Amino acid sequence: MTTTDVNIRPVARVSAALRWPKIPGLRRMVGPVVLLALWETAARAGWISPVVLPAPSAILSAAIRLAQDGTLGQAVGISLFRLLTGFALGSLAGFALGIAVGLSVRAEELFDGTLQALRAIPFLALAPVFSLWFGADEASKIALVSFGAVFPLYLNTVAGVRAVDARLAEAARTFGVGRGGIIRDVIVPGAMPSILVGVRLSLSWALAALVSSEIAGAATGLGALVAQAREFVQTDVVILCVVIYALLGLATDALARVAEWGLLSWRRSFPGQ
Amino acid sequence: MASGTSAVSVRGATRSFASRQVLRSIDLEIAPGEFLVLLGASGCGKTTLLRLLAGLDRPDYGRIQVPEGRSVVFQDARLLPWRRVWRNVVLGLPRDRARAEAALEEVGLGARADDWPGTLSGGEAQRAALARALVRQPELLLLDEPFAALDALTRLRMQQLVLDLWRVHGPAILLVTHDVDEALTLADRVLVMREGRIAVDIPVRFDRPRVRVAPGFERLRQHLLQELGVVSTEHEALTSPRAAVS
Repeated sequence: MTTTDVNIRPVARVSAALRWPKIPGLRRMVGPVVLLALWETAARAGWISPVVLPAPSAILSAAIRLAQDGTLGQAVGISLFRLLTGFALGSLAGFALGIAVGLSVRAEELFDGTLQALRAIPFLALAPVFSLWFGADEASKIALVSFGAVFPLYLNTVAGVRAVDARLAEAARTFGVGRGGIIRDVIVPGAMPSILVGVRLSLSWALAALVSSEIAGAATGLGALVAQAREFVQTDVVILCVVIYALLGLATDALARVAEWGLLSWRRSFPGQ
Repeated sequence: MASGTSAVSVRGATRSFASRQVLRSIDLEIAPGEFLVLLGASGCGKTTLLRLLAGLDRPDYGRIQVPEGRSVVFQDARLLPWRRVWRNVVLGLPRDRARAEAALEEVGLGARADDWPGTLSGGEAQRAALARALVRQPELLLLDEPFAALDALTRLRMQQLVLDLWRVHGPAILLVTHDVDEALTLADRVLVMREGRIAVDIPVRFDRPRVRVAPGFERLRQHLLQELGVVSTEHEALTSPRAAVS
């Protein structure tokens, strides 16, 4: 049994020496930082042609250049406006329809079949249709973003409403809470965890719709910047735009998480491990 | 809506689910301020009757008169997990924090007003549910097996609390239970329901606080147990300490 003794001790000592630093988030950053360092090294050493993949530092300087002449800020502003307006319209429709269908069998019979049929359309296929209907500029893009945002929130809202404990609504009724009050105090808060999952999914679908509508042809916004840069083989700008699209996704998701933190504080008594 | 001298008046209430008749022509009067306990085995219709009185269900036939001011405490507390305890207490009322706190104080939960219901124990949640029922100053308080899910000691404390609150506020109470000892501890009058009918209607006249050694107490207990279909000999029940605590 002495062998086990010999084996255990050094292992324990080594793991103590290699213990991760206790700064939160630092561990998550190791992967990206290593990747960026490798990328930078490979680009500078000339292993990768800058036409294929410029160095991160080159992309950063492109960002600074475009930010300084105002091009970048304007493009991001326009794209963000499309994203948020489209999301607001689509999620509002998805939420309202989800509550109605969740609560009422009649509303389900009226809307659910139609919505499920529309959901079956890959929304990217609608981009040319929308640009025929709404013109090539803002309206068609916002319409496509809205269309992408409707369904995830609709489906999750219906599921959330259906999962609310009917006994809570019954109890509220005995205490004189009216129909509106039951929706406000029981149904919506009870469905909120599911609704917020829907919000996050809707945001990422909205972003996908934005990118595809802009890439398909836009005179302004990030998509126009991409199209222009592709024309002149400015790979750094193209990649910069991809990075910004990704950052838009991260930012909107962070917003949804903040909303979750605030709206679901009552659930914080059951933390994850 | 209450007429004359009764808080509650039920005449010929009948209720069926599918082909099963759950209530068969029930007649029932509850006097103002009376503490009535409704005993019965599972599925005898006692909860259905309570739901009729609560306005959660309607009879197929018959007439039911209940006061406008009535509150229910369910077996599960049914607090909204996403509203603070005090907001639950004044659910459906104006958001009067002082009023909610006063009600919580009465049930010994004054310090928990700002907590989430999910952090309350089973007994605390039931006390919050009692506060929510009483803050409305009901003329009729309907208690649907409110202590069934609690441990034995908490149940005894809750029974005492309900008695104290009943003395202070004086509502008519209908408490539904399957616990004979609970009935004998609390009731002015005990009803036993069987197969959708009220089979037994007995006044309980022992002095409060109730003690098991009061003359006639054990006899009444045995009688009720027999009416509930529990077969036990008097000798066994008298000598078994477990039966005395249950």
